[in-house]
Amino acid sequence: MGILEVKNVGKRFGGLQALGDVNLSITENSVHAIIGPNGAGKSTLLNCLVGKLIPDTGSVMFDGKSVLGLKPFEINQMGISRVFQTPEIFGDLSVLENMMIPCFAKRDGAFTPNAFINMMKDREIVERAEHVLEEMNMSEKQQMPAASLSRGDKRRLEIGMCLSQEPRLLLLDEPTAGMARADTNNTIDLLKQIKDEREITIAIIEHDMHVVFSLAERITVLAQGTPLVEDTPDNIKGHPKVREAYLGETQDAA
Amino acid sequence: MEAIILQVLNGLDKGSAYALIALGLTLIFGTLGVVNFAHGALFMIGAFCAVTLSRIISISRTIIDDSQTDFLGNPLKVDVPYVYDWFGQATGDVIIDWAVPLSILFAIPIMVAIGVAMERGLIKHFYKRPHADQILVTFGLAIVLQEIIKYFYGANPIPTPAPDAFRGSFDFGAAFGFDPNVIIYPYWRLVYFSFAAVIIASVFAFLQFTTFGMVVRAGMADRETVQLLGINIDRRFTLMFGMAAAVAGLAGVMYTPINSPNYHMGMDFLVLSFVVVVVGGMGSLPGAVLAGFLLGILESFASMREVLTILPGLNQIIIYLVAIIILLTRPRGLMGRKGVMED
Amino acid sequence: MFGLEYKDSRMLILVAILVALAPFMLNPFPEGSGMAQFNAGYPDLMQRFVIFGIFAIGFNILFGLTGYLSFGHAAFLGVGSYAAMWMMKLLTMNVVPGIIFSVLVAGVFSLAVGWISLRRSGIYFSILTLAFAQMSYSLAYSVLTPITGGETGLQPKVTDPRILDGSLAEGTIAKANFFGLEMGSSFELQLGSWLFTFNAGYYLAAVVMLIAFYISIRIFRSPFGLMLRAVKSNQQRLNYTGLNTKPYTLAAFVISGMYAGLAGGLMVAMDTQVGAERMFWTASGEVVLMTILGGVGTLIGPVLGASAIKYMENILSKINSDILHQWFAFLPDGLEEFVITLIYPFIGKGWHLTLGLIFMAVVIFLPGGLVEGGQRIANLFKRKMPGKDARDNKS
Repeated sequence: MGILEVKNVGKRFGGLQALGDVNLSITENSVHAIIGPNGAGKSTLLNCLVGKLIPDTGSVMFDGKSVLGLKPFEINQMGISRVFQTPEIFGDLSVLENMMIPCFAKRDGAFTPNAFINMMKDREIVERAEHVLEEMNMSEKQQMPAASLSRGDKRRLEIGMCLSQEPRLLLLDEPTAGMARADTNNTIDLLKQIKDEREITIAIIEHDMHVVFSLAERITVLAQGTPLVEDTPDNIKGHPKVREAYLGETQDAA
Repeated sequence: MEAIILQVLNGLDKGSAYALIALGLTLIFGTLGVVNFAHGALFMIGAFCAVTLSRIISISRTIIDDSQTDFLGNPLKVDVPYVYDWFGQATGDVIIDWAVPLSILFAIPIMVAIGVAMERGLIKHFYKRPHADQILVTFGLAIVLQEIIKYFYGANPIPTPAPDAFRGSFDFGAAFGFDPNVIIYPYWRLVYFSFAAVIIASVFAFLQFTTFGMVVRAGMADRETVQLLGINIDRRFTLMFGMAAAVAGLAGVMYTPINSPNYHMGMDFLVLSFVVVVVGGMGSLPGAVLAGFLLGILESFASMREVLTILPGLNQIIIYLVAIIILLTRPRGLMGRKGVMED
Repeated sequence: MFGLEYKDSRMLILVAILVALAPFMLNPFPEGSGMAQFNAGYPDLMQRFVIFGIFAIGFNILFGLTGYLSFGHAAFLGVGSYAAMWMMKLLTMNVVPGIIFSVLVAGVFSLAVGWISLRRSGIYFSILTLAFAQMSYSLAYSVLTPITGGETGLQPKVTDPRILDGSLAEGTIAKANFFGLEMGSSFELQLGSWLFTFNAGYYLAAVVMLIAFYISIRIFRSPFGLMLRAVKSNQQRLNYTGLNTKPYTLAAFVISGMYAGLAGGLMVAMDTQVGAERMFWTASGEVVLMTILGGVGTLIGPVLGASAIKYMENILSKINSDILHQWFAFLPDGLEEFVITLIYPFIGKGWHLTLGLIFMAVVIFLPGGLVEGGQRIANLFKRKMPGKDARDNKS
C-alpha cells in the first residue's frame, strides 16, 4: 500500500477525455516520476491530486484518507506540498517572511486570528525559518524582496518553503522547466540532497529526461490520459511503448 | 398587457443608454484589457458637445430693428443668429431647431480625438499595471474631466431640447389597437432607442464584416499571436478606443433632450454601466448590450406602482440586487468568458 | 512600548505628539492676517482630520494589506453613524455607548456584506461592494425612512426617550457629552495675536484615533497581517501552503468595516446629525483617494492622505478671487489678471479639479503616495550616510 493511491481516476473537459483510467501507487519514501508527451494529462493528474480539480471518477487516497473534494489548503494540511512549474512565491514579501508563512501554517493551522502578537518576536517560527533558509544556502538573502531573486533562487526558496512544512509528500511540477543547464543541475543536486537527508516521498512531473533519470526510482509513463507503463528507470529506457508514445505513431500502430 | 408594454417601452431608453455605455466599456476592456472609469465622463462630454454646438449655432449679432419698438418707443434690439445671414431665416431656424441631431456630426470627430488622445497620452502607460491602478487613474481622470466641464458650463443642468418635430408623444395604444391614451411614449425616446439600435448594429457589423474588425476580434481573443503575425495591433486598439469614446459620446449627445446634461451625469451612469458590464459578463459585447436593455427594462418594471406597494423601494435597488444575484450564481455574468479578470 | 518595536513606538509617539499639539501647529498664522485662512486649527476641521484618519486607516487594513479594493466602505460609515445616533436618541447623549454600538453594528453589517462579496475577487469584488453600498444608500433614502429619517436625516430631539438621561427641560438642546464633558466645549488660548482652540470633542476623537492607529500597527506586524499581505502577493501560493484565505480576508474586511463604523460613530458624536448622503458612493471613492494619496499599504499614509484631502476641501475651497487679487496685488495689472486667470480654476469651487490632478499624478508617478514621496526626498539627503537601509524607513 503506497502513501498515495490513485484508483481509476478519470477527468473529462467537454469532449476531451483528459484522463482515462489512471491507476497509480506511490510508495512511501521513494522518488516517483510521471513522464509523458505534451497533452498526456500530467498536469491534469497533478491538479486532481492537490484539490485544484475534482476528478469525474475514481478515488485518490493519501495515507489511507480520501482527498477528493478537499480544498488545496486542506490537502496541504494533510501533508502534501506542491512546487509549481513557474516558482510561486510571495514576491512582495522578504525572503524571510516568505519562509515564515509555511512555518506558521504548519504550526498554527489553516486560520489563526493572531493579530496581536509581533511575528518577529515569535522566536520558534523565526528560528525555524532561518534554519531552513540556511539549509537552502539563502541566509544572506533573508531581507531581500523575494521578487528580486534570480530564477534559480526563487525555485530554491519555493522548495524550501515546502520543505519547512516537513510534508510527507512533495509534488513537483516540472521543477526545471525553462531553466538554464546550470540551474537545472543545481536543482537536481538540491533534490538529491533532500531525498538522501529526509524521510520524504517525492512525486515529480517532468519533461526533461536528464532530471528524471538522475532522480527517479520509479517512473510512470502517461500517454493520452492513461498510464502506459510503470517501471524502474533502467527498464523504462528503451521500452518500446515509451518510444512509441514520445515519437508518435510507429509502424505497429496500424 | 398595456401596462407591460408601457414598462418595456419605458425601460428601452434608459436601457439603450446603459447598453451603449456598457458596449464602449466592453470594447475598451476587451481590446485593451483596461478598466476605464472615465468612460462615464466620455458620455458626459458627448452630451456637452450637443450643448456646445447648440450654443455655437445660436451665436448672434445684435441689430437695431427700427420696425419694432419697445414700450418706451425706442427701437428694439434684436438678436440675429449668424446662421440666418448664411442660410436665410427659414433654413436657419431649422438648423437651430435640429441642433441636437446635428451635434452627432460635430461630436464624432471630437470624441474620437479625445478617445485617441486619452489612450495615447495616459491609458497606454497603464497596460502593464494592475487593474486597481487602471481603475484609480481613470477615476482621477473622470474627476478632472467633470470638473473642467463644470468650470466652463457651471453646475446646473442645461436644458437642450429635441427638434420640434419630435416633441410630443406617440400613442402606441391607438396605433396598435389598444385603448387610446394608455400607452403614450415620447417621440424622442423612440428616436433614442432606434439610434442606439443602429449604433449597436453598426459596431457589431463593423467588427464582424470588416478586416479591421476581424483583426481586432482576433486581438481580443489572443493578442500575442496576432502580434506575432506581424500585425500592428496597437494602432488598431487605439482606434478602437476612439470608437468606444465616440459610441459613449453619441449616447450622450442623443440623451440630452431626455435629461438635461449636468457635469456629474457621467458618474451617475458609469456606476450603473459598470454593474451592467459585470452582469453581462466582462469582455462580452453581446452580454453588455443584452444586460443593458434587460436591466433598463427591469428597472422600469420595478418602478410600477403595483410592484412598489408590495416591495417599496425596489426600483432604487433592483439593478444592484440583480447584479449581486447574478455575480453569486453566475460568476462570469450572463455571457462572460472564462478567465477574464479573475486574478 | 506596548509591545511595539523601536521604530514603531517612535512613530506612534510622534503621531501622538503631532495630534496633541495640532491646535498649535495647524494655526501658524496670527488671527486677522492675510494668511489666517490657511489656519486649520479650528475644532471642526481638526475633528475631520482624525475621524477620516480612522476611516482611512481601517480601509488600508483591507485594501493596503489584502489588495481587495472596496468601493462601498461609506456604507459602513453611514451604518455606524445611524447606530450611534439611535443610541443617543434611545439611551443617553453620552457618546460612549453610541461609539461602541456603532462599531458593533458596522461589524455585523460588514460581516454580512463581506461574506457575500468575498466570494469574488478583483473588479467583481469592487462592483459587489459598490452594489451593496448603493443599495444601502437608496434604502436609507426611501424605504428605511422610519429608521434613517430619509431625506431629512436624524438629529436628537427633545422628545427622544433617552432612558438613561432623564427628560430634558423644554427648550434645551440635547448635546453630546463624554460623562458630562460636552463635545462642543472648547478652551481658547490667546497668545499675542494668535488664538488657539482646544476642543474636547477633538481630543476625544484624537485619543480614539491613536488607539485605532496603535491597533493597526499591531495588525501590520502580526502573523495575521503577514497573511493578509500574502493574500495580496500570491493567493494561490497561500492556498497551497495550507492557509485558508477566506477567513483571513473576511476578518480584514470586518475589521476595516468596524473602523469605518467607528469613524461614523465619532462623526455623530462630534456633530449630532446624520444623513444618507454619507453613504453615497462618492464617499466611498473619497476614502480610496485618501488612502492612495497618502500611501497605500503604509501605516502613516492613510492618516496623511485623509488630512491632506480634508485640508484641501476646507481651505483650498475657501480661496476666492478677491483673496487672489490681494495676494497678487504686487504684480502689474495685466500680469496680475493673467496669473489669477491661470490659478482661478483650481481653487474655490474648483478644488476638486486640483484634487483630481494631484490624485492622477500620484497614481502615475508616485504609486506609494505621499509616504513614498517623503522617502524619496529623505533618500536624497541620506545618500551620503551609508549603512542606512532604505527599508528601514518603510513604515
